[in-house]
Amino acid sequence: MSTARAIKVTVNGVMYERTVEPRLLLSDFLRHILGLTGTHVGCEHGVCGACTVLLDGDSVRSCLLFAVQVDGLRVETVESLGTIDRMNPLQEAFHEHHALQCGFCTPGMLITATDLLRKYPLASDEEIREGLSGNLCRCTGYEHIVRAVRAVVGTKDAPP
Amino acid sequence: MKPAAFDYVVAESIDAAVAALAAANGEAKILAGGQSLVPMLNFRLLRPSTLVDINRIPDLAFIEEGADAIVVGALTRHHRLETAPVIARHLPVVAEAMRHVAHLAIRNRGTIGGSLAHADPAAELPMLALLLDATLHVVSHAGPRTIAARDFFLGPLTVDLAPDEIVTRIVLPKLPPATGWGFAEVARRNGDFALAAAAATLKLRDGVIGEARIAMTGIDDTAKRAGEAEALLAGRTLTPDLIDTAVAAARAGVNPPTDLHASSDYRRHLVGVLVGRALADAWRRARGEQS
Repeated sequence: MSTARAIKVTVNGVMYERTVEPRLLLSDFLRHILGLTGTHVGCEHGVCGACTVLLDGDSVRSCLLFAVQVDGLRVETVESLGTIDRMNPLQEAFHEHHALQCGFCTPGMLITATDLLRKYPLASDEEIREGLSGNLCRCTGYEHIVRAVRAVVGTKDAPP
Repeated sequence: MKPAAFDYVVAESIDAAVAALAAANGEAKILAGGQSLVPMLNFRLLRPSTLVDINRIPDLAFIEEGADAIVVGALTRHHRLETAPVIARHLPVVAEAMRHVAHLAIRNRGTIGGSLAHADPAAELPMLALLLDATLHVVSHAGPRTIAARDFFLGPLTVDLAPDEIVTRIVLPKLPPATGWGFAEVARRNGDFALAAAAATLKLRDGVIGEARIAMTGIDDTAKRAGEAEALLAGRTLTPDLIDTAVAAARAGVNPPTDLHASSDYRRHLVGVLVGRALADAWRRARGEQS
């Protein structure tokens, strides 16, 4: 019954080998097993977007995946984007435009915006708002987050 | 908000998935995109004994163009259907509607087969399958079978699929020449399930409507075609009065739910408005007019 399985996962460029129960959510694997607490957990049913990470480059809800499913795959979390001393252009824009207050939603916002910038032209603020609509923020009213993303679209310095 | 324990089986082939389903005596669930299943597991609304993970089956995610139809593998992700050039060319109504399915992170993961098998009564894909007269291919230990979309959706979250069957592919007939399409949806927030949505195609013949198809979602136990409205459009020119008549027929054929988000009466009103918009857009496109 629900035998623990050995998995190998590359997270932010580092290969981890762990043994996990099948029901362990990827979000809990990242936070509790690997100690990568940058990924936040809000609703645990795919609504709030706080736990969004990149799986083989695509944004996904880590609370809607099991750790066993990502065996052999590549996960990137907010910790991969930059450091406090060397933030990436998107993080700089969030800083510059005051795109966070409490910061709880910010990791999911950054990861989602990273994927949006790769996949959509984001030619209008409406398109940015639609793209971010799966990420709930209860502080900012979104206005400054949209400005920050807009600023990165404008510089054509989008994250790779 | 954590799932109950389950056995986890990675199926490397369709045969292996079918064998694992058969072995679980109806207690297993297929894990595809998991975007509806995993929330239900996290809430413990479901406690399957076994999850059969089909994400590693290589020949289950594809979009192939045939002479008359586009064949979509059941594991194809929503985002791929949204962005595939062959879909934009032959099934633009699908490309348009897919942008309304949840959010990018969900579309990156959610699958076409999963959405159809889950059959949320307010989802877009069952409506599109009905609109396009799609055919589903399913397989079990007993062998394969095909089923028309119009026979597949039985009720809320209920489809004609046995516990040991798996959807493998969906055949979506291309829009015929001289056919216009329209799609309209209202949701409380972008990416939410539709309060109501409608899609239509109009095929012109000798300058009048040869064949009309109208499908709706969010308005009943399942997505539905508006058969009476379709019938009264045939052979006619689309005028505002005719739209009103078709809208009234569409409204008469639905039985929308009342919930936290909208009353039954509001949804019935709304779907009529959306049918009208979809028809007007379909007519405009069929005649080659710019927006």
